[in-house]
Amino acid sequence: MAENSLAGGFAAPAVNSAVAFRGIMMAMAEPGRIMPVSGGIPPRPMDSAAGVLALTLCDPTTPVGLMPSMDQPAIREWLTFHTGAPIIAPGEAEFVFGRFDEMADFTVFRQGTSEYPDRSATLVAAVASLENSGAVLRGPGIKESRALNLPDVTPFQANAALYPLGVDVVMVAGGDLVAIPRSTRVEVE
Amino acid sequence: MTDPSDTSLGDTPPEGTHDQDYNFAYLDEQTKRMIRRALLKGLAIPGYQVPFASREMPMPYGWGTGGVQVTSACLVPDDCIKVIDQGADDTTNAVSIRKFFERTAGVRTTEKTGEASLIQTRHRIPETPLEEGQILVYQVPIPEPLRFLEPRETETRKMHALEEYGLMHVKLYEDISSHGHISTAYAYPVSVEERYVMDPSPIPKFDNPKMHQCPAVQLFGAGREQRIYALPPYTDVVSLDFEDHPFTRLRNDGVCGLCGADDTYLDEVIMDDEGTRMFVCSDTDYCATRIEEAAE
Ligand SMILES: [Zn+2]
Repeated sequence: MAENSLAGGFAAPAVNSAVAFRGIMMAMAEPGRIMPVSGGIPPRPMDSAAGVLALTLCDPTTPVGLMPSMDQPAIREWLTFHTGAPIIAPGEAEFVFGRFDEMADFTVFRQGTSEYPDRSATLVAAVASLENSGAVLRGPGIKESRALNLPDVTPFQANAALYPLGVDVVMVAGGDLVAIPRSTRVEVE
Repeated sequence: MTDPSDTSLGDTPPEGTHDQDYNFAYLDEQTKRMIRRALLKGLAIPGYQVPFASREMPMPYGWGTGGVQVTSACLVPDDCIKVIDQGADDTTNAVSIRKFFERTAGVRTTEKTGEASLIQTRHRIPETPLEEGQILVYQVPIPEPLRFLEPRETETRKMHALEEYGLMHVKLYEDISSHGHISTAYAYPVSVEERYVMDPSPIPKFDNPKMHQCPAVQLFGAGREQRIYALPPYTDVVSLDFEDHPFTRLRNDGVCGLCGADDTYLDEVIMDDEGTRMFVCSDTDYCATRIEEAAE
């Protein structure tokens, strides 16, 4: 096992995960709002925000999928050591980690069922940067509208059209994350 | 394990620290992760009831164990929490829950709605308007708004999936034809973002309009029934009604005998042995604040 797979976990798990979860929860409650999270350092190329999310939410009961950019021994070992989450095919997973361009067809991931729409994937998608400009977001959690530099609006529009089915997306860049749940309606600027 | 809300255990730990006999905010990490995942899905699908595996808590179900578990999963050490029971901060139930989180999470507590970052409530929404960044956690006894029409969970789940809410409307309309108005005064059903019909917990229907486009995050926990649901800020929450019988808020007609408010939800209380009655604000913090302000 590589040395760095043991490092980078939460120093104080109960408090670190509580603070990180609050950031993630407020991000999901207010789509398009960019939230910093901290406390964990995964191996590169995984962004620290993605690592913090994994430490906070993943465990042996949550199968995780890795897209090719993240499917590397150091990341596998780190996730396994710190979360115990089984790593399976992305199409079956509850949490999927990758770069946005690898995940742009959201329909290949778990969409939930009409009786249990919560049984759907959460995509943790790395992007180059996050800023509040560009595409216009509307829906629950947003007072009137909020702007976000989405790399592409098409998959988000298709996803929202499936509501209440669909995936929930958390985009990460460095230590920042932003959520676009299926309830968010997206328009080009 | 001893009961962390037991006030005979001695002083609560110093501010900013929690009792090291307990994990932060009492629940173990795996349970909190499971609740946290359910909360995120609940926020992503407003008004939809997410199943979760409720844990035994060191208090009876009637004490809002669902709300306590949701609060436990959300708390951070910097929080300042307020707990209300039917609008009052000083009932045994509210005091015990506040004590529980003081001890197990080391958080500050308050009775002032405006000072609280997280408010756990049983059956009321504070009169002071909630603000962005605040979290309101509801204790829910029966999360399923269709339960009185259909006892089987498999059937109600199908009804929600297919948006089969016709029977619900028929039942409400029948209520109007027999009473001249909709008699349901508590737990009056709402429609969330024109998709899911949701039980707002047994708040008076007077409080229903406060849920609509509320700037705060609203989280609902039902312990015995093992359901979590949520409303993000600025979500459309509309009480079910009919064109010829629009929704009305309903409150006891009168003014508060203590602070004179004529626009709050009132409780009728008996003042003395002769049975003298008086209306007072159900929200004790709101009432006390108005009295203080009038004295200045
Ligand atoms: Zn009053």
